[in-house]
Amino acid sequence: MIKARITVTLKNGVLDPQGKAIEHALSGLGFGGVGQVRQGKVFDLELAETDKAKAKADLKAMCDKLLANTVIENYAVEIA
Amino acid sequence: MKSAVVLLPGLNRDRDMIAALTKISGQAPATVWQTDTEIPDVDLIAIPGGFSFGDYLRCGAIAARMPVMRAVAEKAAKGVMVIGVCNGFQILVEAGLLPGALMRNASLKFVCRQVKLEIANANTMFTRRYQPGQIIRTPVAHHDGNYFADADTLARLEGEGQVVFRYAEGTNPNGSINDIAGIISEKGNVLGLMPHPENLIEAAHGGSDGRALFEGALGIAA
Repeated sequence: MIKARITVTLKNGVLDPQGKAIEHALSGLGFGGVGQVRQGKVFDLELAETDKAKAKADLKAMCDKLLANTVIENYAVEIA
Repeated sequence: MKSAVVLLPGLNRDRDMIAALTKISGQAPATVWQTDTEIPDVDLIAIPGGFSFGDYLRCGAIAARMPVMRAVAEKAAKGVMVIGVCNGFQILVEAGLLPGALMRNASLKFVCRQVKLEIANANTMFTRRYQPGQIIRTPVAHHDGNYFADADTLARLEGEGQVVFRYAEGTNPNGSINDIAGIISEKGNVLGLMPHPENLIEAAHGGSDGRALFEGALGIAA
């Protein structure tokens, strides 16, 4: 079994109002010096596949087809 | 003229859409379920608003990958008219039938109010019963209506008249780029918009500004 982690983040230049609100909340809690905050998503997956190269190709296809909206988001695939 | 309404778990404006199409066309639309792989021969397919699949992952993302949406894409490729309202618009962009993306409202708040809409292009099947530049009223009710497209896509949409509806007179409720409220496909048969024209079709709704959209699309005399 292969364990993988996919991280989906907003592309540069795409407005992130949620990140902005978190940024304000952090400064409200007294955490000074926090610059820009961008919110993303993390997916942990378990795959029956044992071939890492094959798993990586599958994971990329999963991102392109569903897990990320590539109009606004980038993704990174990590295999444990 | 015949119509069909796509049904998915979590939609909640399906009855409004069915009622509007029934009242305006004089016949009840066919309904197609998420797992259906065929859609009957109709002139117009409507994807209603709501919260399909609980808005999980991204609004419209799961719905856009259901079998029925492959059937919608096939019909759209053949030139059948498709309208997606609110969540229906989100589903159309997630399915790649319209460009861009609909993001969380800039205010981070769910907005439920009436807005003013400018008819930015009256030369479409859906807007031919309106005047260019006409301002109409329609309700909006959404949390993720903040339209975004990259600069090239936006320039193409604006240049080709694919921006059909724009929030007018400072009523942009969601921070949408260029005040975009609704766009149409390059071929002019797939329309997506955040406002709810189906909720303003008769006096009991407090106005009928949305009625002409369906009359135009279905070719029905006003």
